[in-house]
Amino acid sequence: MLESVLVANRGEIARRVIATARKLGVRSVAVYSEVDAGLPFVREADEAVLIGPAQPAASYLNGPAILAAAERTGARAIHPGYGFLAENPAFAASVLEAGLTWVGPSPDSMEQMGDKINARNLMEQAGVPVSAGTREPVADVAAALAAAGQIGYPVMIKAAAGGGGIGMSAASGPAELTAGFETARSRAERFFSSPAILLERYVERARHVEVQILGLADGRVLALGERDCSVQRRHQKVAEETPSPGISPELRARMLAAAVQAGQAVKYLGAGTVEFLVDVATGDFMFLEMNTRLQVEHPVTELVTGIDLVEQQFRIAAGEDISFPAQDVARSGHAVELRIYAEDSKRFLPSPGTINEWDEPAGPGVRVDAGYAAGNTVTPFYDPLLAKLCLHGADRAEALDRARAAVAAFSIGGLKTNLEFHGELLASAEFSSGDYDTGLVGRLRAG
Amino acid sequence: MSEVRAEMVANVWKVVAAEGDTVADGDTLVILESMKMEIPVLAEGSGTLTKLAVAEGDVVQEGDLIAVVE
Repeated sequence: MLESVLVANRGEIARRVIATARKLGVRSVAVYSEVDAGLPFVREADEAVLIGPAQPAASYLNGPAILAAAERTGARAIHPGYGFLAENPAFAASVLEAGLTWVGPSPDSMEQMGDKINARNLMEQAGVPVSAGTREPVADVAAALAAAGQIGYPVMIKAAAGGGGIGMSAASGPAELTAGFETARSRAERFFSSPAILLERYVERARHVEVQILGLADGRVLALGERDCSVQRRHQKVAEETPSPGISPELRARMLAAAVQAGQAVKYLGAGTVEFLVDVATGDFMFLEMNTRLQVEHPVTELVTGIDLVEQQFRIAAGEDISFPAQDVARSGHAVELRIYAEDSKRFLPSPGTINEWDEPAGPGVRVDAGYAAGNTVTPFYDPLLAKLCLHGADRAEALDRARAAVAAFSIGGLKTNLEFHGELLASAEFSSGDYDTGLVGRLRAG
Repeated sequence: MSEVRAEMVANVWKVVAAEGDTVADGDTLVILESMKMEIPVLAEGSGTLTKLAVAEGDVVQEGDLIAVVE
Protein backbone atom coordinates (compact mmCIF):
# COMPACT_ATOMS: atom_id res chain seq x y z
CA MET A 1 0.00 0.00 0.00
CA LEU A 2 1.01 3.64 -0.43
CA GLU A 3 3.01 4.98 2.52
CA SER A 4 1.45 8.46 2.38
CA VAL A 5 -0.86 10.63 0.30
CA LEU A 6 -1.32 14.35 -0.12
CA VAL A 7 -4.91 15.30 -0.89
CA ALA A 8 -4.88 18.24 -3.31
CA ASN A 9 -8.42 19.35 -2.58
CA ARG A 10 -10.70 20.76 0.11
CA GLY A 11 -14.06 20.32 1.82
CA GLU A 12 -16.05 17.11 1.81
CA ILE A 13 -13.98 15.28 -0.79
CA ALA A 14 -10.69 15.93 1.02
CA ARG A 15 -12.30 14.60 4.17
CA ARG A 16 -13.65 11.57 2.28
CA VAL A 17 -10.22 10.65 0.87
CA ILE A 18 -8.52 11.20 4.24
CA ALA A 19 -11.03 8.81 5.88
CA THR A 20 -10.07 5.96 3.54
CA ALA A 21 -6.37 6.77 3.93
CA ARG A 22 -6.78 6.40 7.69
CA LYS A 23 -8.66 3.12 7.26
CA LEU A 24 -5.82 1.73 5.15
CA GLY A 25 -3.04 3.04 7.39
CA VAL A 26 -1.85 5.56 4.80
CA ARG A 27 -0.42 8.80 6.27
CA SER A 28 -2.51 11.73 5.00
CA VAL A 29 -1.44 15.28 4.25
CA ALA A 30 -4.01 18.04 3.69
CA VAL A 31 -3.28 21.30 1.90
CA TYR A 32 -5.45 24.32 2.57
CA SER A 33 -5.96 27.97 1.74
CA GLU A 34 -5.99 30.75 4.35
CA VAL A 35 -9.80 30.85 4.55
CA ASP A 36 -10.12 27.07 4.97
CA ALA A 37 -7.87 26.71 8.04
CA GLY A 38 -10.83 25.88 10.33
CA LEU A 39 -12.49 23.23 8.18
CA PRO A 40 -12.78 19.60 9.36
CA PHE A 41 -10.54 18.16 6.61
CA VAL A 42 -7.57 20.21 7.85
CA ARG A 43 -7.99 18.88 11.37
CA GLU A 44 -8.59 15.26 10.36
CA ALA A 45 -5.48 14.85 8.19
CA ASP A 46 -2.31 13.59 9.87
CA GLU A 47 -0.55 16.75 8.69
CA ALA A 48 -1.78 19.96 7.06
CA VAL A 49 0.09 22.56 5.02
CA LEU A 50 -1.05 26.11 4.25
CA ILE A 51 -0.48 26.63 0.53
CA GLY A 52 -1.79 30.12 -0.17
CA PRO A 53 -4.55 32.69 -0.08
CA ALA A 54 -8.22 32.01 -0.80
CA GLN A 55 -8.18 32.55 -4.57
CA PRO A 56 -8.10 29.08 -6.17
CA ALA A 57 -5.35 30.14 -8.60
CA ALA A 58 -3.12 30.91 -5.62
CA SER A 59 -3.94 27.77 -3.63
CA TYR A 60 -5.84 24.68 -4.85
CA LEU A 61 -4.89 25.35 -8.48
CA ASN A 62 -1.30 26.23 -7.59
CA GLY A 63 0.58 23.12 -8.76
CA PRO A 64 4.07 24.24 -7.66
CA ALA A 65 2.82 25.08 -4.14
CA ILE A 66 1.18 21.65 -3.87
CA LEU A 67 4.33 19.85 -5.03
CA ALA A 68 6.38 21.90 -2.56
CA ALA A 69 4.01 20.81 0.23
CA ALA A 70 4.48 17.18 -0.83
CA GLU A 71 8.25 17.58 -0.71
CA ARG A 72 8.18 19.27 2.68
CA THR A 73 6.01 16.56 4.24
CA GLY A 74 7.54 13.63 2.38
CA ALA A 75 4.16 12.66 0.89
CA ARG A 76 4.71 9.91 -1.69
CA ALA A 77 1.42 10.18 -3.64
CA ILE A 78 -1.12 12.80 -4.66
CA HIS A 79 -4.90 12.30 -4.75
CA PRO A 80 -6.58 15.17 -6.61
CA GLY A 81 -10.23 14.61 -5.58
CA TYR A 82 -12.53 16.21 -8.18
CA GLY A 83 -12.44 19.70 -9.71
CA PHE A 84 -9.37 21.95 -9.29
CA LEU A 85 -6.38 20.03 -10.74
CA ALA A 86 -8.06 16.62 -10.96
CA GLU A 87 -8.39 16.67 -14.74
CA ASN A 88 -5.25 18.63 -15.54
CA PRO A 89 -2.84 16.34 -17.45
CA ALA A 90 0.06 18.80 -17.11
CA PHE A 91 -0.26 18.69 -13.32
CA ALA A 92 -0.50 14.89 -13.33
CA ALA A 93 2.66 14.77 -15.46
CA SER A 94 4.47 17.12 -13.05
CA VAL A 95 3.52 14.83 -10.15
CA LEU A 96 5.02 11.84 -11.98
CA GLU A 97 8.13 13.82 -12.93
CA ALA A 98 8.63 14.66 -9.26
CA GLY A 99 8.82 10.91 -8.65
CA LEU A 100 5.47 10.75 -6.88
CA THR A 101 2.49 8.46 -7.44
CA TRP A 102 -0.54 10.04 -9.15
CA VAL A 103 -3.77 8.53 -7.83
CA GLY A 104 -5.57 8.70 -11.15
CA PRO A 105 -5.31 7.65 -14.81
CA SER A 106 -2.32 8.40 -17.02
CA PRO A 107 -1.87 11.98 -18.25
CA ASP A 108 -2.42 10.54 -21.75
CA SER A 109 -5.90 9.21 -20.91
CA MET A 110 -6.73 12.53 -19.24
CA GLU A 111 -5.55 14.48 -22.27
CA GLN A 112 -7.57 12.35 -24.69
CA MET A 113 -10.78 12.75 -22.73
CA GLY A 114 -10.21 16.32 -21.51
CA ASP A 115 -11.13 17.93 -24.80
CA LYS A 116 -14.78 17.14 -25.49
CA ILE A 117 -14.39 17.35 -29.26
CA ASN A 118 -11.47 14.95 -29.26
CA ALA A 119 -13.31 12.65 -26.85
CA ARG A 120 -16.41 12.57 -29.05
CA ASN A 121 -14.37 11.74 -32.14
CA LEU A 122 -12.42 9.06 -30.32
CA MET A 123 -15.60 7.45 -28.95
CA GLU A 124 -17.23 7.48 -32.37
CA GLN A 125 -14.21 5.57 -33.73
CA ALA A 126 -14.42 3.11 -30.83
CA GLY A 127 -18.04 2.33 -31.69
CA VAL A 128 -19.61 4.19 -28.76
CA PRO A 129 -22.79 6.06 -29.79
CA VAL A 130 -22.37 9.86 -29.98
CA SER A 131 -24.95 12.54 -30.83
CA ALA A 132 -24.87 14.53 -34.07
CA GLY A 133 -22.36 17.33 -33.56
CA THR A 134 -19.23 19.16 -34.68
CA ARG A 135 -16.01 17.20 -35.17
CA GLU A 136 -13.71 20.21 -34.82
CA PRO A 137 -13.79 23.47 -32.85
CA VAL A 138 -16.34 25.97 -34.15
CA ALA A 139 -14.30 29.09 -34.97
CA ASP A 140 -16.91 31.84 -35.23
CA VAL A 141 -20.62 32.63 -35.44
CA ALA A 142 -20.73 32.00 -39.20
CA ALA A 143 -19.25 28.53 -38.73
CA ALA A 144 -21.65 27.88 -35.84
CA LEU A 145 -24.67 28.82 -37.98
CA ALA A 146 -23.45 26.59 -40.81
CA ALA A 147 -22.85 23.66 -38.46
CA ALA A 148 -26.23 24.09 -36.76
CA GLY A 149 -27.87 24.04 -40.20
CA GLN A 150 -26.39 20.58 -40.73
CA ILE A 151 -27.05 19.23 -37.23
CA GLY A 152 -30.56 20.68 -37.06
CA TYR A 153 -32.02 22.87 -34.31
CA PRO A 154 -32.23 22.90 -31.35
CA VAL A 155 -28.51 22.68 -30.63
CA MET A 156 -26.47 22.69 -27.42
CA ILE A 157 -23.47 25.07 -27.25
CA LYS A 158 -20.60 23.76 -25.11
CA ALA A 159 -17.06 24.66 -24.13
CA ALA A 160 -14.75 21.92 -25.47
CA ALA A 161 -12.53 22.15 -22.40
CA GLY A 162 -15.47 22.71 -20.08
CA GLY A 163 -17.28 20.99 -17.29
CA GLY A 164 -19.78 21.57 -14.54
CA GLY A 165 -22.34 23.01 -16.96
CA ILE A 166 -20.46 26.30 -17.14
CA GLY A 167 -20.86 28.10 -20.48
CA MET A 168 -23.48 25.63 -21.75
CA SER A 169 -26.67 26.83 -23.35
CA ALA A 170 -29.29 25.56 -25.78
CA ALA A 171 -30.29 27.47 -28.92
CA SER A 172 -33.59 26.89 -30.68
CA GLY A 173 -32.72 28.98 -33.74
CA PRO A 174 -30.08 31.19 -35.42
CA ALA A 175 -30.78 34.27 -33.24
CA GLU A 176 -30.27 32.37 -29.98
CA LEU A 177 -27.23 30.63 -31.41
CA THR A 178 -25.63 33.95 -32.39
CA ALA A 179 -26.14 35.36 -28.89
CA GLY A 180 -25.28 32.11 -27.08
CA PHE A 181 -22.11 31.51 -29.08
CA GLU A 182 -20.38 34.71 -27.94
CA THR A 183 -21.37 34.16 -24.30
CA ALA A 184 -20.17 30.57 -24.41
CA ARG A 185 -16.87 31.61 -25.95
CA SER A 186 -16.12 34.32 -23.39
CA ARG A 187 -16.97 31.96 -20.52
CA ALA A 188 -14.94 29.14 -22.04
CA GLU A 189 -11.97 31.44 -22.25
CA ARG A 190 -12.41 32.71 -18.73
CA PHE A 191 -13.15 29.46 -16.91
CA PHE A 192 -11.24 26.93 -18.98
CA SER A 193 -8.56 29.07 -20.73
CA SER A 194 -9.68 27.73 -24.11
CA PRO A 195 -12.18 29.38 -26.47
CA ALA A 196 -12.91 26.12 -28.34
CA ILE A 197 -16.64 25.56 -28.74
CA LEU A 198 -18.58 22.54 -29.97
CA LEU A 199 -22.20 22.17 -30.99
CA GLU A 200 -24.30 19.08 -30.39
CA ARG A 201 -27.86 18.11 -31.17
CA TYR A 202 -29.98 19.18 -28.21
CA VAL A 203 -32.26 16.45 -26.92
CA GLU A 204 -35.54 17.93 -25.68
CA ARG A 205 -36.44 15.26 -23.15
CA ALA A 206 -33.31 13.65 -21.81
CA ARG A 207 -32.05 11.74 -18.84
CA HIS A 208 -28.46 12.08 -17.78
CA VAL A 209 -27.18 8.61 -16.90
CA GLU A 210 -23.54 7.82 -16.21
CA VAL A 211 -21.57 4.64 -15.64
CA GLN A 212 -18.87 4.15 -13.00
CA ILE A 213 -15.90 2.32 -14.44
CA LEU A 214 -12.74 0.95 -12.89
CA GLY A 215 -9.75 0.29 -15.16
CA LEU A 216 -7.38 -2.42 -13.90
CA ALA A 217 -3.64 -2.78 -14.47
CA ASP A 218 -4.15 -5.88 -16.65
CA GLY A 219 -6.24 -3.85 -19.13
CA ARG A 220 -9.64 -5.02 -17.97
CA VAL A 221 -12.28 -2.34 -17.45
CA LEU A 222 -15.13 -3.04 -15.02
CA ALA A 223 -18.51 -1.29 -15.06
CA LEU A 224 -19.84 -0.91 -11.51
CA GLY A 225 -23.32 0.21 -12.47
CA GLU A 226 -25.00 3.45 -13.46
CA ARG A 227 -26.13 6.63 -11.71
CA ASP A 228 -29.06 8.75 -12.83
CA CYS A 229 -28.14 12.45 -12.60
CA SER A 230 -31.18 14.01 -14.28
CA VAL A 231 -32.10 16.32 -11.39
CA GLN A 232 -30.19 19.44 -12.42
CA ARG A 233 -30.33 23.19 -12.06
CA ARG A 234 -28.26 25.38 -14.43
CA HIS A 235 -27.01 22.15 -16.04
CA GLN A 236 -25.49 21.15 -12.69
CA LYS A 237 -26.50 18.10 -10.70
CA VAL A 238 -28.49 18.47 -7.48
CA ALA A 239 -29.54 14.87 -6.79
CA GLU A 240 -28.49 11.46 -8.10
CA GLU A 241 -29.70 7.91 -7.69
CA THR A 242 -28.86 4.35 -8.57
CA PRO A 243 -30.22 2.24 -10.17
CA SER A 244 -31.71 4.66 -12.71
CA PRO A 245 -35.50 4.34 -12.56
CA GLY A 246 -35.68 5.40 -16.21
CA ILE A 247 -33.84 2.69 -18.14
CA SER A 248 -34.69 -0.91 -18.91
CA PRO A 249 -32.37 -3.81 -17.97
CA GLU A 250 -31.60 -4.24 -21.66
CA LEU A 251 -30.64 -0.55 -22.11
CA ARG A 252 -28.59 -0.69 -18.88
CA ALA A 253 -26.63 -3.67 -20.21
CA ARG A 254 -25.87 -1.85 -23.47
CA MET A 255 -24.79 1.31 -21.65
CA LEU A 256 -22.50 -0.58 -19.28
CA ALA A 257 -20.93 -2.35 -22.26
CA ALA A 258 -20.42 0.98 -24.09
CA ALA A 259 -18.77 2.46 -20.98
CA VAL A 260 -16.34 -0.47 -20.87
CA GLN A 261 -15.54 0.09 -24.57
CA ALA A 262 -14.96 3.80 -23.85
CA GLY A 263 -12.56 2.99 -21.01
CA GLN A 264 -10.66 0.42 -23.06
CA ALA A 265 -10.29 2.87 -25.97
CA VAL A 266 -8.15 5.16 -23.77
CA LYS A 267 -6.47 2.35 -21.76
CA TYR A 268 -8.14 3.75 -18.67
CA LEU A 269 -6.63 3.02 -15.28
CA GLY A 270 -8.49 3.57 -12.01
CA ALA A 271 -11.89 5.11 -11.25
CA GLY A 272 -13.64 7.09 -13.96
CA THR A 273 -17.11 7.97 -15.14
CA VAL A 274 -18.60 7.78 -18.62
CA GLU A 275 -21.53 10.15 -18.99
CA PHE A 276 -24.38 9.49 -21.41
CA LEU A 277 -27.54 11.25 -22.44
CA VAL A 278 -30.62 9.08 -22.85
CA ASP A 279 -33.26 10.37 -25.28
CA VAL A 280 -36.52 9.64 -23.46
CA ALA A 281 -38.55 9.77 -26.68
CA THR A 282 -36.46 7.27 -28.68
CA GLY A 283 -34.70 5.26 -25.95
CA ASP A 284 -31.34 5.96 -27.67
CA PHE A 285 -28.28 6.81 -25.61
CA MET A 286 -25.22 8.82 -26.60
CA PHE A 287 -21.81 9.61 -25.15
CA LEU A 288 -21.53 13.02 -23.49
CA GLU A 289 -18.11 13.09 -21.86
CA MET A 290 -15.80 11.15 -19.62
CA ASN A 291 -14.68 12.36 -16.20
CA THR A 292 -11.20 11.04 -15.56
CA ARG A 293 -11.40 11.18 -11.77
CA LEU A 294 -13.54 10.30 -8.77
CA GLN A 295 -17.06 11.68 -9.27
CA VAL A 296 -18.89 13.83 -6.70
CA GLU A 297 -21.78 11.34 -6.61
CA HIS A 298 -19.62 8.21 -6.19
CA PRO A 299 -21.21 7.41 -2.77
CA VAL A 300 -24.44 6.06 -4.31
CA THR A 301 -22.42 3.41 -6.14
CA GLU A 302 -20.56 2.62 -2.91
CA LEU A 303 -23.84 2.22 -1.02
CA VAL A 304 -25.33 -0.36 -3.40
CA THR A 305 -22.09 -2.28 -4.09
CA GLY A 306 -20.43 -2.07 -0.68
CA ILE A 307 -17.18 -1.14 -2.50
CA ASP A 308 -14.97 1.69 -1.20
CA LEU A 309 -14.02 3.37 -4.50
CA VAL A 310 -11.26 5.48 -2.95
CA GLU A 311 -9.71 2.29 -1.56
CA GLN A 312 -9.70 0.82 -5.09
CA GLN A 313 -8.02 4.01 -6.37
CA PHE A 314 -5.30 3.62 -3.73
CA ARG A 315 -4.85 -0.09 -4.48
CA ILE A 316 -4.60 0.46 -8.24
CA ALA A 317 -2.16 3.36 -7.75
CA ALA A 318 -0.04 1.15 -5.47
CA GLY A 319 -0.03 -1.67 -8.04
CA GLU A 320 -2.14 -3.97 -5.86
CA ASP A 321 -5.23 -6.03 -6.66
CA ILE A 322 -8.66 -4.55 -6.07
CA SER A 323 -10.45 -5.66 -2.89
CA PHE A 324 -13.34 -7.56 -4.55
CA PRO A 325 -13.68 -10.30 -7.18
CA ALA A 326 -13.85 -8.51 -10.55
CA GLN A 327 -16.40 -10.84 -12.13
CA ASP A 328 -18.79 -10.66 -9.25
CA VAL A 329 -20.09 -7.21 -8.36
CA ALA A 330 -23.36 -7.64 -6.51
CA ARG A 331 -25.66 -4.66 -6.22
CA SER A 332 -28.19 -4.43 -3.46
CA GLY A 333 -31.05 -2.00 -2.95
CA HIS A 334 -31.35 1.60 -4.03
CA ALA A 335 -29.33 4.70 -3.14
CA VAL A 336 -29.94 8.44 -3.47
CA GLU A 337 -27.61 11.41 -3.02
CA LEU A 338 -28.89 14.92 -2.29
CA ARG A 339 -26.35 17.72 -2.72
CA ILE A 340 -26.78 20.20 0.09
CA TYR A 341 -25.69 23.57 -1.29
CA ALA A 342 -25.22 26.97 0.34
CA GLU A 343 -27.86 28.56 -1.85
CA ASP A 344 -31.46 29.68 -1.50
CA SER A 345 -34.15 27.17 -2.37
CA LYS A 346 -36.10 29.38 -4.80
CA ARG A 347 -33.64 30.97 -7.21
CA PHE A 348 -30.59 28.85 -6.29
CA LEU A 349 -28.45 31.94 -5.69
CA PRO A 350 -25.22 31.50 -3.68
CA SER A 351 -25.42 32.22 0.02
CA PRO A 352 -22.02 32.34 1.71
CA GLY A 353 -21.99 32.94 5.45
CA THR A 354 -21.07 31.58 8.85
CA ILE A 355 -22.65 28.33 10.02
CA ASN A 356 -24.00 28.74 13.55
CA GLU A 357 -25.87 25.44 13.67
CA TRP A 358 -25.11 22.10 12.06
CA ASP A 359 -27.13 19.07 13.08
CA GLU A 360 -26.80 16.05 10.79
CA PRO A 361 -29.32 13.24 10.50
CA ALA A 362 -28.19 9.72 11.38
CA GLY A 363 -29.69 6.25 11.37
CA PRO A 364 -29.97 3.10 9.24
CA GLY A 365 -29.08 3.74 5.60
CA VAL A 366 -27.98 7.35 6.24
CA ARG A 367 -24.53 8.56 5.16
CA VAL A 368 -23.47 12.21 5.32
CA ASP A 369 -20.29 13.35 3.56
CA ALA A 370 -19.91 16.88 4.93
CA GLY A 371 -17.23 19.49 4.36
CA TYR A 372 -18.28 21.81 7.15
CA ALA A 373 -19.32 21.91 10.80
CA ALA A 374 -20.85 24.48 13.14
CA GLY A 375 -18.64 27.54 13.50
CA ASN A 376 -17.15 27.26 9.97
CA THR A 377 -17.49 30.06 7.45
CA VAL A 378 -18.58 29.29 3.89
CA THR A 379 -16.72 31.74 1.63
CA PRO A 380 -17.58 32.88 -1.91
CA PHE A 381 -14.32 31.48 -3.34
CA TYR A 382 -15.35 27.87 -3.98
CA ASP A 383 -18.37 25.89 -5.10
CA PRO A 384 -21.44 25.89 -2.82
CA LEU A 385 -21.41 22.18 -1.84
CA LEU A 386 -21.77 21.87 1.94
CA ALA A 387 -22.52 18.18 2.23
CA LYS A 388 -23.83 15.15 0.39
CA LEU A 389 -26.77 13.52 2.11
CA CYS A 390 -26.82 9.90 0.93
CA LEU A 391 -29.52 7.34 1.65
CA HIS A 392 -29.65 3.61 1.06
CA GLY A 393 -32.77 1.43 1.21
CA ALA A 394 -33.88 -2.05 0.22
CA ASP A 395 -35.76 -0.46 -2.69
CA ARG A 396 -36.43 3.00 -4.14
CA ALA A 397 -39.47 3.61 -1.96
CA GLU A 398 -37.49 2.93 1.22
CA ALA A 399 -34.53 5.06 0.06
CA LEU A 400 -36.88 7.99 -0.70
CA ASP A 401 -38.68 7.60 2.64
CA ARG A 402 -35.34 7.72 4.41
CA ALA A 403 -34.41 10.77 2.32
CA ARG A 404 -37.59 12.60 3.35
CA ALA A 405 -36.97 11.90 7.03
CA ALA A 406 -33.27 12.84 6.77
CA VAL A 407 -33.97 16.15 5.00
CA ALA A 408 -36.50 17.03 7.71
CA ALA A 409 -33.96 16.14 10.41
CA PHE A 410 -31.00 18.03 8.87
CA SER A 411 -30.63 21.41 10.51
CA ILE A 412 -28.19 24.03 9.20
CA GLY A 413 -28.33 27.58 10.55
CA GLY A 414 -26.66 30.90 9.74
CA LEU A 415 -26.94 30.78 5.97
CA LYS A 416 -29.42 29.77 3.31
CA THR A 417 -29.37 26.18 2.07
CA ASN A 418 -31.33 24.20 -0.51
CA LEU A 419 -32.69 21.74 2.09
CA GLU A 420 -36.17 23.15 1.50
CA PHE A 421 -35.77 22.51 -2.23
CA HIS A 422 -34.88 18.87 -1.53
CA GLY A 423 -38.02 18.57 0.59
CA GLU A 424 -40.05 19.82 -2.37
CA LEU A 425 -38.25 17.51 -4.79
CA LEU A 426 -38.95 14.46 -2.62
CA ALA A 427 -42.62 15.51 -2.28
CA SER A 428 -43.10 15.99 -6.03
CA ALA A 429 -45.14 13.40 -7.88
CA GLU A 430 -42.80 13.55 -10.90
CA PHE A 431 -39.63 12.70 -8.96
CA SER A 432 -41.40 10.12 -6.82
CA SER A 433 -42.72 8.38 -9.94
CA GLY A 434 -39.20 7.91 -11.29
CA ASP A 435 -40.44 9.09 -14.69
CA TYR A 436 -38.56 12.40 -14.87
CA ASP A 437 -35.96 14.07 -17.07
CA THR A 438 -33.48 16.97 -16.92
CA GLY A 439 -36.35 19.47 -17.19
CA LEU A 440 -37.69 18.45 -13.76
CA VAL A 441 -36.28 21.31 -11.66
CA GLY A 442 -37.42 23.90 -14.20
CA ARG A 443 -40.95 22.50 -14.03
CA LEU A 444 -40.93 22.50 -10.22
CA ARG A 445 -39.89 26.16 -10.27
CA ALA A 446 -42.34 27.17 -13.01
CA GLY A 447 -45.25 25.70 -11.07
CA MET B 1 -32.86 57.82 -6.76
CA SER B 2 -32.25 54.11 -6.37
CA GLU B 3 -29.39 52.44 -4.58
CA VAL B 4 -28.25 49.05 -5.82
CA ARG B 5 -26.80 46.82 -3.11
CA ALA B 6 -25.12 43.41 -3.05
CA GLU B 7 -27.46 40.50 -2.29
CA MET B 8 -24.63 38.31 -0.99
CA VAL B 9 -20.92 38.10 -0.29
CA ALA B 10 -19.24 38.06 -3.68
CA ASN B 11 -16.25 39.11 -5.74
CA VAL B 12 -16.66 41.86 -8.31
CA TRP B 13 -15.79 40.16 -11.59
CA LYS B 14 -16.70 42.78 -14.18
CA VAL B 15 -17.79 46.40 -14.09
CA VAL B 16 -19.97 46.83 -17.16
CA ALA B 17 -21.29 50.40 -16.77
CA ALA B 18 -19.42 53.63 -15.95
CA GLU B 19 -20.34 56.66 -13.84
CA GLY B 20 -22.27 59.15 -15.96
CA ASP B 21 -23.85 56.46 -18.18
CA THR B 22 -27.54 56.63 -18.94
CA VAL B 23 -29.04 53.31 -17.91
CA ALA B 24 -32.45 51.70 -18.33
CA ASP B 25 -34.34 49.52 -15.87
CA GLY B 26 -32.83 46.01 -16.02
CA ASP B 27 -29.50 47.01 -17.58
CA THR B 28 -26.49 45.11 -16.25
CA LEU B 29 -24.24 47.40 -14.19
CA VAL B 30 -21.78 44.99 -12.64
CA ILE B 31 -21.23 41.23 -12.71
CA LEU B 32 -20.45 39.62 -9.37
CA GLU B 33 -19.05 36.16 -8.88
CA SER B 34 -19.75 33.95 -5.92
CA MET B 35 -19.28 30.21 -5.54
CA LYS B 36 -18.36 29.75 -9.21
CA MET B 37 -21.54 31.50 -10.36
CA GLU B 38 -21.85 34.79 -12.20
CA ILE B 39 -24.50 37.10 -10.79
CA PRO B 40 -25.43 40.15 -12.89
CA VAL B 41 -26.38 43.24 -10.85
CA LEU B 42 -29.13 45.14 -12.64
CA ALA B 43 -30.33 48.74 -12.58
CA GLU B 44 -33.61 49.04 -10.70
CA GLY B 45 -35.04 51.98 -12.63
CA SER B 46 -33.89 54.25 -15.45
CA GLY B 47 -31.66 57.30 -15.09
CA THR B 48 -28.06 58.35 -14.79
CA LEU B 49 -25.48 56.23 -13.02
CA THR B 50 -24.18 58.84 -10.57
CA LYS B 51 -22.08 56.58 -8.39
CA LEU B 52 -20.27 53.31 -8.90
CA ALA B 53 -18.94 52.15 -5.54
CA VAL B 54 -17.01 49.03 -6.60
CA ALA B 55 -14.07 48.12 -8.82
CA GLU B 56 -13.14 44.82 -10.46
CA GLY B 57 -11.51 42.51 -7.94
CA ASP B 58 -13.28 44.02 -4.90
CA VAL B 59 -15.03 41.79 -2.40
CA VAL B 60 -18.53 42.97 -1.44
CA GLN B 61 -20.48 41.96 1.66
CA GLU B 62 -24.24 41.44 1.74
CA GLY B 63 -25.90 44.88 1.73
CA ASP B 64 -22.83 46.80 0.48
CA LEU B 65 -23.59 49.67 -1.89
CA ILE B 66 -22.73 48.88 -5.52
CA ALA B 67 -24.21 51.79 -7.47
CA VAL B 68 -26.60 54.74 -7.36
CA VAL B 69 -28.97 55.54 -10.24
CA GLU B 70 -30.69 58.95 -10.23
